[in-house]
Amino acid sequence: MSVEFVNPEFEVIRNDNRCIACRVCERQCANEVHLFDPDRGIILSDESKCVNCQRCVSLCPTRALKIVKNECRLRENANWSDSTIKEIYKQANSGGVLLSSMGNPNPLPVYWDKILINASQVTNPSIDPLREPMETKVFLGKKPDKITRNEDGSLNCELLTQLELSMPVMFSAMSYGSISYNAHASLARASKELGIFYNTGEGGLHEDFYCYGENTIVQVASGRFGVYEDYLEAGAAVEIKMGQGAKPGIGGHLPGAKIVGDVSRTRMIPEGSDAISPAPHHDIYSIEDLRQLVFSLKEATEYKKPIIVKVAAVHNIAAIASGIARSGADIIAIDGFRGGTGAAPTRIRDNVGIPIELALASVDQRLRDEGIRNNVSLVVGGSIRSASDVVKAIALGADACYIATAAVLALGCHLCRTCQTGKCNWGIATQRPELVKRLNPDMGAERLVNLMTAWQHEIKELMGGMGINSIESLRGNRLMLRGIGLTEKELEILGISHAGE
Amino acid sequence: MKLEGQVRIPSGCAIAAVISKEGSRMSGEMITNAMKPMHDRSNGLGGGFAGYGIYPEYKDFYAMHFFFNDRAARKDCEVFLKERFEIVQSERIKTRKIPAITDEPVIWRYFLSPLKSVLTSMQMDEKEFVANTIVKINTEFKGSYVFSSGKNMGAFKAVGFPEDVGEFYRLEEYEGYSWTAHGRYPTNTPGWWGGAHPFTILDYSIVHNGEISSYDANRRFIEMFGYKCNLQTDTEVIAYIMDYLLRVQKLTLEEAAEVIAAPFWSTIADKSESERKKLTYLRTVYSSLLITGPFSIVFGFNGGLMALNDRLKLRSMVVGEKNDKVFIASEEAAIRVMEPDVSKIYAPAGGEPVIVRLKEGTF
Amino acid sequence: MKRVYVNEEWCLGCHLCEYNCAFANSGEIDMSKALKGKPVFPRVKIDGDEHINFAVSCRHCDDPICVKSCISGALSVNNGVIQIDHNKCVKCLTCILVCPYGAVSEGEHGIVQKCELCVENSCGEPACVKGCPNRAIVYEER
Repeated sequence: MSVEFVNPEFEVIRNDNRCIACRVCERQCANEVHLFDPDRGIILSDESKCVNCQRCVSLCPTRALKIVKNECRLRENANWSDSTIKEIYKQANSGGVLLSSMGNPNPLPVYWDKILINASQVTNPSIDPLREPMETKVFLGKKPDKITRNEDGSLNCELLTQLELSMPVMFSAMSYGSISYNAHASLARASKELGIFYNTGEGGLHEDFYCYGENTIVQVASGRFGVYEDYLEAGAAVEIKMGQGAKPGIGGHLPGAKIVGDVSRTRMIPEGSDAISPAPHHDIYSIEDLRQLVFSLKEATEYKKPIIVKVAAVHNIAAIASGIARSGADIIAIDGFRGGTGAAPTRIRDNVGIPIELALASVDQRLRDEGIRNNVSLVVGGSIRSASDVVKAIALGADACYIATAAVLALGCHLCRTCQTGKCNWGIATQRPELVKRLNPDMGAERLVNLMTAWQHEIKELMGGMGINSIESLRGNRLMLRGIGLTEKELEILGISHAGE
Repeated sequence: MKLEGQVRIPSGCAIAAVISKEGSRMSGEMITNAMKPMHDRSNGLGGGFAGYGIYPEYKDFYAMHFFFNDRAARKDCEVFLKERFEIVQSERIKTRKIPAITDEPVIWRYFLSPLKSVLTSMQMDEKEFVANTIVKINTEFKGSYVFSSGKNMGAFKAVGFPEDVGEFYRLEEYEGYSWTAHGRYPTNTPGWWGGAHPFTILDYSIVHNGEISSYDANRRFIEMFGYKCNLQTDTEVIAYIMDYLLRVQKLTLEEAAEVIAAPFWSTIADKSESERKKLTYLRTVYSSLLITGPFSIVFGFNGGLMALNDRLKLRSMVVGEKNDKVFIASEEAAIRVMEPDVSKIYAPAGGEPVIVRLKEGTF
Repeated sequence: MKRVYVNEEWCLGCHLCEYNCAFANSGEIDMSKALKGKPVFPRVKIDGDEHINFAVSCRHCDDPICVKSCISGALSVNNGVIQIDHNKCVKCLTCILVCPYGAVSEGEHGIVQKCELCVENSCGEPACVKGCPNRAIVYEER
């Protein structure tokens, strides 16, 4: 196509008074936006290639660069937005399905931001976490309905294996292949140091990381990449991935270009072959089939490891979760529609699924209505952005949260949403060695530990304010929440009152 | 304004209790007087008592105390009761007209025994059946409210200061081996008789001073098991938790205390291995029944009492002893009224249950 | 003694260390003013090829051959740091010839320059270490 319909999305603004032509931007841009002109001694820009990942901006020693939205707009049209029109041009050019990365960026309601947290005043005391114990430890897994006693009358204290978390947050699934070796190394090391868990995603577990097994959740997805006995044995828990919030109902596709070296070995597929995860598990067409896989995995791991079933938040999630709870799963993970991805069809990412807040509220209530909430733990993800989101999720009824976007942000991600190109300038969503090395796991692990430690402090502060000194007394404690600007129906689903009530 | 049950109302309080380990019977006058020095801990919007061993002549029957809005409500409810129980006695509870207590509902007492045929057809044990019936009445029968339902025990409560409530119910005419009392300081309520304490379920009664921060976590968990927290009070949910742990889950009192006022993980880590395993087990299995925030409770049951503070001890509670009697109160002054010459007085630590049982054979 | 070490595994070859070094030793407070439009004389240099990069600067040898061979006494060891007195340097470049690491170079006006661990400037700690985006250059005791 000779006519390029699509204007560059961004503009590279270089302050010539500041630029010293050190060429750091040129060397750091895998998209080749910057180019040194030796004749004039200046740096040129090709903004059509810019994805606004801000690597050059961050590394420019004289802060001479900024990337701004290209002001060159099509004529304003409230119906046909700029992005809609450009998507049509792109598809007219390529004939293909539009691809996107990371979570749904559209201005759909973020219920976390419409929920407010309570604090103690007068009638009961708030608690100062710097002076009093404040507990964030959580155990995930099935709890018995009834106690049993030994012959001498003492309690039989044998429990099915539980996952013990120092705080109610875990790093959710991101496969080796979709993210880099160094990203995985950072997550694994941080999890060990923090006493929490990270999740291998569906790409298998690199042999170097088996030593972090106690803090690893190994995932079994529809492609079954890298799944074999030692892999299942290596983790502390096994997660069956039925769906992902960013792309409910469809599988995955890691292009052959990324199936190189260790990625191919870890996934146990030939180099250069596309890694295609089918949309469904082809051995699970119904809930009774899920039960069989749950118990197959339990048999394979001798009932020593909790089985997690991860699903995307879809319309009838409450009934689905109830079915999963009765399938023998120990933990249900629900991924909301704002959850991230390394690559998903844009239409799916932006239009399929429901917000995690509503899914969580209805699932928690449904499991309680059926009296089975204690038989299963609930983990929620899909855009948990801060400690206050965590607190709100726990108060709505979650046992713990999964975070991934927040974790990759800590590793340096600038949310440019072009993971699918494999040219991540931050060394996260790439397999190119010269880019992968940009993420030093010493720094990555440290930053993840910092982030989680900071969140833990904030969670404790918020709990203390409510006069709660143990996270289990926050779980499902919806009286601690109030809605703001929500309709009766939304409040009803969330199971909370409106602010002022 | 919304009534108790339609909205959750925080409140501060005074509590007191006494028990004779030998089972010797004390009139209700003593406990009524104990509440007088703690007058300022209540605000006249609720007071109440529970006495154990007060109905020896009907000890094999469930004593149900009712508030009815009117005669029609009573008649309506009686029809339902007769379908399920044999009513051996039905009477108005005697009260004394005093200026401090007004707007009284119809206060009625039944001594009942469940019909065996109904029990068989519903495949329930007797206690479960009675508990279910009470939940049903309190949820579905408008204008009828059961506020006491155990055998050989009874609760007496009203809107008013506790010392006036004692006088109103003529407590000096009852004799029991143990008594608990409550004065209420709700922050925001029009005052409803049913909302006063103690809260009871079967022979379990709770008087409580505090405002728990774990309320909704506890409520939403316990409601999975057929309980319905109609009043939205701490006392109600704590009573249901105790009932669930003791009657349904068959934990011991000590174990139940370790659930609701579980030690901190750091404390558990320092225990012996067997103790650590047990405490970890209880905290893990019943994590949603941990109660946080301030509370001091006296839990009454047939044959004894348990006093318990929250694990940070955010509410005052002292225990006194003299001969076979044990006294518990929010303030020492209340104990001194009951026994000026008390021999031992101490404040139990947070989360440390004080369990007093009648001597074997006395009950 | 703390020295500057380079972990080539993490060196990205971005050359930021060179500019940070040159700026730190410029005496200026603004990098653009210090370096814009001028030849840059860093005391640390990135070496390498497509696959591997590493920053090279003075190792501050225990038995420094450069100091031994300096004909004018411009080079000396102070608390383990090999320093140069620019006033004494006669531009004979012997030190450049003898340094096995290639860590000594000709600076502005032909006077020899080398890494002095930023003890002579206001940076406080080695500027190359402080500015390295990937912790490839570290300043530590080994």
